[in-house]
Amino acid sequence: MSAEPMTTVAAAGAADTVESVFPQLEALLPLVQKPIQYVGGELNAVSKPWQSTTVRWALMYPDAYEVGVPNQGVQILYEVLNEQPDVLAERTYAVWSDLETLMRQHDVPQFTVDAHRPVGAFDVFGLSFATELGYTNMLTALDLAGIPLQAGERGDEHPIVLAGGHAAFNPEPIADFIDAAVIGDGEQAALEITALIRDFKAEGSPGGREQLLMRLAQTGGVYVPAFYDVEYHDDGRIKRVIPSRPGVPWRVSKHTVTDLDAWPYPKKPLVPLAESVHERASVEIFRGCTRGCRFCQAGMITRPVRERSITGIGEMVEQSLQATGFEEVGLLSLSSADHSEIKEVAKGLADRYEGTNTSLSLPSTRVDAFNIDLANELSRSGRRSGLTFAPEGGSERIRKVINKMVTEDDLIRTVTTAYGNGWRQVKLYFMCGLPTETDDDVLQIAELAREVIKTGREVAGRKDIRCTVSIGGFVPKPHTPFQWAAQLDHETTDARLMKLRNVIRDDRQFGKSIGFRYHDGKPGIVEGLLSRGDRRVGRVIEAVWRDGGRFDGWSEHFSFERWMRCADQALADLPVDVDWFTTREREFSEVLPWDHLDSGLDKDWLWEDWQDSLNEVEVDDCRWTPCFDCGVCPQMGTDIEIGPTGKQLLPLTAIGAGAEALRG
Amino acid sequence: MARQPPERDNAPAVQKLRLRYAKRGRLRFTSHRDIQRALERALRRAGVPMAYSSGFTPHPKISYAGAAAMGAASEAEYLEISVTERLDPDRVRAALDAALPPGLDVVDVVEAAPGALADVLQASEWAIQLPDVSAGQAGDAVAALMAKGEVEVERMMKSGPRRFDARGPIVRLAADSGQTTSGAPCAILRLVVRHATPAVRPDDVLTALRQVAGLTPPVPPLVTRLAQGPLDPESGTVADPLAADRASVDDAVAANPHPR
Repeated sequence: MSAEPMTTVAAAGAADTVESVFPQLEALLPLVQKPIQYVGGELNAVSKPWQSTTVRWALMYPDAYEVGVPNQGVQILYEVLNEQPDVLAERTYAVWSDLETLMRQHDVPQFTVDAHRPVGAFDVFGLSFATELGYTNMLTALDLAGIPLQAGERGDEHPIVLAGGHAAFNPEPIADFIDAAVIGDGEQAALEITALIRDFKAEGSPGGREQLLMRLAQTGGVYVPAFYDVEYHDDGRIKRVIPSRPGVPWRVSKHTVTDLDAWPYPKKPLVPLAESVHERASVEIFRGCTRGCRFCQAGMITRPVRERSITGIGEMVEQSLQATGFEEVGLLSLSSADHSEIKEVAKGLADRYEGTNTSLSLPSTRVDAFNIDLANELSRSGRRSGLTFAPEGGSERIRKVINKMVTEDDLIRTVTTAYGNGWRQVKLYFMCGLPTETDDDVLQIAELAREVIKTGREVAGRKDIRCTVSIGGFVPKPHTPFQWAAQLDHETTDARLMKLRNVIRDDRQFGKSIGFRYHDGKPGIVEGLLSRGDRRVGRVIEAVWRDGGRFDGWSEHFSFERWMRCADQALADLPVDVDWFTTREREFSEVLPWDHLDSGLDKDWLWEDWQDSLNEVEVDDCRWTPCFDCGVCPQMGTDIEIGPTGKQLLPLTAIGAGAEALRG
Repeated sequence: MARQPPERDNAPAVQKLRLRYAKRGRLRFTSHRDIQRALERALRRAGVPMAYSSGFTPHPKISYAGAAAMGAASEAEYLEISVTERLDPDRVRAALDAALPPGLDVVDVVEAAPGALADVLQASEWAIQLPDVSAGQAGDAVAALMAKGEVEVERMMKSGPRRFDARGPIVRLAADSGQTTSGAPCAILRLVVRHATPAVRPDDVLTALRQVAGLTPPVPPLVTRLAQGPLDPESGTVADPLAADRASVDDAVAANPHPR
């Protein structure tokens, strides 16, 4: 491809009404770490003339570029929006503090990496929150973009600040800073919002910002926090949340895309030049999960299960490889081995790509011996990736509490098969701080790991096998049966983790074969505050940000002390504090901050499931047992979409888009 | 007991190709590792039948000659790839260039003659644009530096700070007047430097100019490698490093005018 000298970028900017800030930025880039993350120019990135479009989105993943660029949500929206001829979507990411300082010194605004346009010039500034720990980065971006932090201070000249992603299922902690939130699948919703804005602008934007937000709110699928009033009891609990004006619905619904084969995105995944956290193409093989793990927010809020067909998967894998040149394709979902035709998918893909050094991986698999066969099949064509399983709980009892229906026998059988098939290392994920958990539940993780190594040594006939135990603190999340649960305080979490570490370390026979990785409990408390917080938490976020808080998902930047200090000050005149939001158990009657956001889950069912949890009663999966009335399908008018289709993947010829041109 | 890597029936290499590529515009901010990844992916996208190493993690066989530092643009970077079937170098150039992002541009591909690429990459020619510096200022500093026999500079390496002579390897250094991309007048240094260990880079020469003559550009300079290749010590010029490869292919074509 021909070169793209800087002058063309500048010239294109000059023809626009919005200038590229690249010339100013370029002079700063030699002074910062990893400047490549700010220049864009990725393979499959899109650029369009500003004037040729009517609705313009700046999409942000509010973390560093290396984390944000592989994000599937942003890539899907980027492509879906840019496919519309009159729509422009560009991407922006959080800038590191070295560049932030220079941008402030030299008056360079928050910019998109595609055409380096100022974020403040777009119609919509959409942020995808996979985690609550990106909230402070949102404030940096707003501030650098010249957009007032408080939604109420914005005028017609500012973009609509729109939040999405899983964290947006409780947007109350950021209600002061966003104009709107969308919950659920974004692809159709983004197009509907676009159509609404297109019409609004065509009419000459009657009534300005306020009226546009009103039109969005009236759809029932866009939450505008400013149109709702929250009233509190004297003790700090919420009394009620009510629409503050006529025409605004009492509850806002989540969006659900059906027929995944009709939405084969991303078709052309972005290939960054800079190194990113996932150096692979990803194909989502199904959305939703009904395994019913009670801690899992993703599994609860993405229901029902909607599968992509085997042929749809085959086409997306091939298209991704052709478009990117990646060596690995991840078959993503919340529990990938649960696809109704996963065996056929794995075999078909392994046959297709045998001998091409292409790796296929199933990132999320359950503890199931069947998955070893799958892993064997998938590693036929490329490198063999590690095996990771997530029993989540150490004892049989706690696994019943969380509805992770895996027995110790299952686990031992699975890892035995793994070690017997030549794997030398198995990684096991657990959580600490689950409801009703005792020290003993956690210490049983060591027992389990010992048993894994013992059996593994027998079947492998050698001693050099390893098992890594990875464990993090549990954070109760909205829209799950554990939304009422008390979060475990960080002191107890850490003490439990230390006890477990000591038991493993002191084991003379097996300890050296067991790796132990853990995350301390403090970040979990902040995540818990932001997950189940209400509007009063917004002032804490702002105080932390003003105090210098950035990149809270990075342990080297995260400051627990700062969050606690700022929370103490910001909440001083209120009857609530950090403990109230985190370690306090809620009652059924309490109005939860997210009750007016409808994920489809029936609150009564969630409560029953919470009670079942306390009674150690398990609930099966509605894909192969009768419906257990979680409420989603009738509430959302959706249904499970699964195979089998009975179809097969046919062999393909050599990969490589240019293969024919090369040989003539 | 050592693990045995899996048996793989990787096809053997039958041809070695030498590539010249350019790193232009905003892509000058790529690091060498960024370029490696982009190139490996582009080779796959272009369907180039790469020869792979064996072992646990097979890698395509690519060898890179000393790459320009991150932030420096280049018109003359070189590497070699090994492929498992004989290919027309021009087709490889077009296919690979199409598969790379704009700004990483494949300029030339030839079939490699015997001998190591590193042996012919003896020197580099650089242009160093100094915005907000006049040609006169720059010329005085250059004269002061060239009058010295040795100028020791320090650079932070991965292993820590290292001191070395930045003056010795300089074959030629001259200051000229020119224009920046935005049309502002500026000084442009033309530098020919012999490849040594450690390699003396334009920023080392700028360090030496600061030490010797106090030249401190107010804006980060824009550095571009214009050429790499055999050094003609008489004229102080850098020749085409692929000339010998081209000549040997011409000989082969003359001997056998209808290959395949």
